[in-house]
Amino acid sequence: MSIGHTLLALLESGPRHGYDLKRAFDARFGHDRPLHYGQVYATMSRLLKNGLVEVDGVEQGDGPERKRYAITDAGVTDVAHWLAQPEKPEPYLQSVLYTKVVVALLTGRDADGLLDAQRAEHLRLMRELTRRKTGGDLADQLICDHALFHLEADLRWLEMTAARLDQLATAVRS
Amino acid sequence: MTPAPSGSLLAATGLRKAYGPTTALDGADFSVHPGEIVAVMGPSGSGKSTLLHCLAGIIRPDAGSVRYGARKLSELSDAERSALRRGEFGFVFQFGQLVPELTCVENVALPLRLGGVRRKEAEQQAMRWLERLEVAGVRGKRPGEVSGGQGQRVAVARALVTTPRVIFADEPTGALDSLNGERVMELLTEAARDTRAAVVLVTHEARVAAYSDREVVVRDGRARDMAGARL
Repeated sequence: MSIGHTLLALLESGPRHGYDLKRAFDARFGHDRPLHYGQVYATMSRLLKNGLVEVDGVEQGDGPERKRYAITDAGVTDVAHWLAQPEKPEPYLQSVLYTKVVVALLTGRDADGLLDAQRAEHLRLMRELTRRKTGGDLADQLICDHALFHLEADLRWLEMTAARLDQLATAVRS
Repeated sequence: MTPAPSGSLLAATGLRKAYGPTTALDGADFSVHPGEIVAVMGPSGSGKSTLLHCLAGIIRPDAGSVRYGARKLSELSDAERSALRRGEFGFVFQFGQLVPELTCVENVALPLRLGGVRRKEAEQQAMRWLERLEVAGVRGKRPGEVSGGQGQRVAVARALVTTPRVIFADEPTGALDSLNGERVMELLTEAARDTRAAVVLVTHEARVAAYSDREVVVRDGRARDMAGARL
């Protein structure tokens, strides 16, 4: 995820302090991984240096001074460009699972058992996500669905591979 | 053959079933506890539906036994097995299999009517389930006049109306789109948990199986409990 672009986009509705930005980010996108303050301030320094945000005001308090950031026109253009650019689809060609299956076959280990154990682990996680989704709001549901569809794709691959294991064994041992 | 786990509500041991030269089940064991949702998965033709039909007493296995509580299904008469299926088991299939001539509320009330409940009382109970399944609005419509998703919810309501102790669901979302399928699964599993019904859920979709507590995989006519799948 591009934290810089996301924080920039959050500034489009109006200037905010770094702490408000972190809270807004965590509420919408930080489900499993909230931002560290350090990340926010480092990112804002970079955006400031690149002219994508500017300091809108500074408040003096008991603690350190608090800067309020505002997005610049260049920042708005940068967000628009980021959104318009399609993400590169993952090629998924470097699969650890495929490597493990081949290694198991090459070394005479139980590839069937490996696939079963992996399948059980995938389903365990799918159950956990399904429970979270069932009790969650729409954001939770969409985030969990994204993960569930990817896990399901893995599972379908595990099933296909289990069905073709004899064929693969012959191929890797020849 | 392994002995059935203690405390199980429904358990099968060493089930064998062949259709002519084709072996569908080859020594399958299975068990489900009260309130437990078990997904039965496996490739097409692996014997999943045959296992479900044997467990529900719809077909007789060639060998092996199915025990429901303290009773062996093979020792029950046809009439006793029918009574069991009507009163203690509920069924949901891929296609609702509703009676086309009856309205939706009459369809849901049907298992109660067959059990001798008076029409008014049966339809009141049916309405409660239609409401719970979020399809109260189709009460007076016939199955041909409702959408696939609504029809399947009506079928789920019909399966639940007798408060069965075991619900057999064979690809219950197979004919539905993802959103409708998920809602049907949420409503079905929520109702099953509330009533402590056991669910035997045959599916080839992992996202549907993820609503279960555990899964068994049927391969080559044998059922394997994936909770024990470890290297």
